[in-house]
Amino acid sequence: MFNLMGKRRLYFLISAVLLGVGAIAMIYSTLAFGAPLRMGIDFTSGSMIELRFQDEVDVGTMRAIITEAGFSDVTVQRVGGGNQVVIRTRPMEIETKEALRADLETEFGPSIELRFESVGPAIGRETTRAAITAIIAAGIAILFFITFAFRRVPNAFRYGVCAMIKMFHDVLFLLGFASIMGIVAGWEMDALYLTAMITVLGFSVEDVIVVFDRIRENIRRRRGEEYETIVNRSLLETLHRSLATQTNAMFVMLAIILIGGATIRQFMIVMMVGMVVDSYSSLFFAVPLLAAWENGDFGRLFRRPVKSAASA
Amino acid sequence: MRQRDIRLLVLIAIVTVLAAWVSWPNNPGIRLRLGGLTIDRDIETHLGLDLRGGMRVLLEADLPAQHEIDPESMRAARNIVESRVNALGVTEPVVQSVGTRRILVELPGIEDPEAAVATLKETGLMEWVDTGGEFLPPGTVIQTDYLIDLTDTDAVTPTEPIYHTVLTGAHLRTARVEFDQSGLPVIAFELNAEGADIFSQHTANNVGQFLSIVLDKVIISSPRISTAIPDGRGQITGQFSVDEARSIVLQLRYGALPIPLQVIDTQAIGPTLGEESIDRSVRAGIVGLAAILIFMLIYYRVPGLLADIALIIYALITLAILKLVPVTLTLPGIAGFLLSVGVAVDANILIFERMREELRQGNSLQRSIETGFQRAWTSIFDSNVSTWIICAILWVFGNTFGASMVKGFAITLALGVFVSMFTAVVVTRTFLRAAFALGGEKLDEKRWLLAV
Repeated sequence: MFNLMGKRRLYFLISAVLLGVGAIAMIYSTLAFGAPLRMGIDFTSGSMIELRFQDEVDVGTMRAIITEAGFSDVTVQRVGGGNQVVIRTRPMEIETKEALRADLETEFGPSIELRFESVGPAIGRETTRAAITAIIAAGIAILFFITFAFRRVPNAFRYGVCAMIKMFHDVLFLLGFASIMGIVAGWEMDALYLTAMITVLGFSVEDVIVVFDRIRENIRRRRGEEYETIVNRSLLETLHRSLATQTNAMFVMLAIILIGGATIRQFMIVMMVGMVVDSYSSLFFAVPLLAAWENGDFGRLFRRPVKSAASA
Repeated sequence: MRQRDIRLLVLIAIVTVLAAWVSWPNNPGIRLRLGGLTIDRDIETHLGLDLRGGMRVLLEADLPAQHEIDPESMRAARNIVESRVNALGVTEPVVQSVGTRRILVELPGIEDPEAAVATLKETGLMEWVDTGGEFLPPGTVIQTDYLIDLTDTDAVTPTEPIYHTVLTGAHLRTARVEFDQSGLPVIAFELNAEGADIFSQHTANNVGQFLSIVLDKVIISSPRISTAIPDGRGQITGQFSVDEARSIVLQLRYGALPIPLQVIDTQAIGPTLGEESIDRSVRAGIVGLAAILIFMLIYYRVPGLLADIALIIYALITLAILKLVPVTLTLPGIAGFLLSVGVAVDANILIFERMREELRQGNSLQRSIETGFQRAWTSIFDSNVSTWIICAILWVFGNTFGASMVKGFAITLALGVFVSMFTAVVVTRTFLRAAFALGGEKLDEKRWLLAV
């Protein structure tokens, strides 16, 4: 049997690198922009206008026109081709927006308004509060769920803790990813982004449950076999399922990302990246962690294993 | 094949046909007449604003936060906003009270959002104001004593005179545009009984004085009372065009807002983006689904084919439920639906992987099928429950105004997972049993058909 567990140190190293890069991005973002993540107008309040012009527009000129109109805190971002822009600034009334658009049209010619959103400060605060509540509720719910799902296993506590640590692993990774994309591509954390994260967490518990489920079943069926061998066997047995499921989910998500509307592209990318990392961390982070704990070599995680176990 | 499986097959067939009929794009709707009972219902997909274009605004009482708002006035304000919205002629508008001081308005497919918002926000407060012997020209902005307690008392400067409001639009019964002898538009109005009383008393006691007609604190005309008017009928003449006269009449008819409102949140999606989004999501959905169907067929062969059929049934049932409830479909909602397809095949994958293992261990085909379903059930159930919990949390989060697009996602995902429990488990199992009953030996001989 192929020994997946033997390369445990490599997996932990990969996880450490993934999380480390994210952490560095968050520190850089805090120093450069004042926040670890670039928050969207859903939370911070502000307005967003998406316009499509006939010809390519110059972002600098556009910024100058908008600033002159009294919106000094404006960011202009080109999306799609060079003729489409997203303008972000403080909240404004629809009349003000029309006036601003008229100003821009005198310079750049007629435009099609694709989207206009304006979120007042009160709404921004409410959404932020609701988001924090949702995150806490999701965390608690998942904790309870894990406790419930492992009710019949010996050492259920360890399974639960490993699933929890894995959840934090995934959250940290996604936050890091959000931070990186904020710096590199100007992505903003909005309500949908948060939804993608919470959904991924939900699915992430499922993956870990499937593997852990198999481990607890194999423990019953193969008494006398070494623990690490059982874990290794369980991993290999569930690998097929993980890959098949992953492939199918990937089909749908890729289709939406490549063909689907631009409005939810970011949402889907977060979801997809989250799912890939979640599958990875279920198999190659949570399970080795559990095995290390059960084996009693928790303190030696990063040292070379003393004996080459599980080569059966 | 056992009796129970045959019955299940028939049931599945009926449900599928019904679901297909409901999901059919040009569904004629349900039109039934059974004695006294008539059902006349269209079955249509309800598209959200992000897919059809349109605008959502959140209006909030424009009063200091510490000011208690009378729920009765707020309800009245909501009704007035609703009638104004209806006058805009938009199909399927939404006007909803949110909390104690907010009104949510959704205007699908609105062409001129700017004008629409202006119409909604207009206070539309018509007053007949006693200005004594003073003639105030149209366009003058004045202060009146009507509802003075609503505004900040300290903001009133003594230098500006405050005029007495005799009557307000609340006393109006009807108003319409008419034309006088010279062909100029005038507004003819009729007061209700109480209004007529006040009007006749006031006009009788104040002959020769001015009684200005004021809209939203701006004078629109200042007629002089020439004689007492006992019947509560009158005319407003002024320098306005026919269009202006019409819009004043609309405001008078649909009433004045008892509470001033301000826009605190706007979302407008242009029709272009909506159309593009819907085309693209339909295409993405078809491509994604086709890829899954092909994958399952190649990877799991005969069971894969059966799972594919179950998956199509799943899609039909889910679409039918979305249409029947009806759930308003949004872009995140479509994403939720497509993701739930992933969840639905996941259940089948868990089962088939289990089956394969059992077969490889030398178990008989029939036993492998049954064990596969039995063993996989705990995992399927557990993981679906966790998805539901997450959906419930997201749904609550989506009820916050600023995160409303999250709601559609949570609903379609939860519904999809629910339906998939039926199709991926019951439907696929029945199909597999049927397939085994019809060609079990052949399947057992040609193991490649089972992808073992």
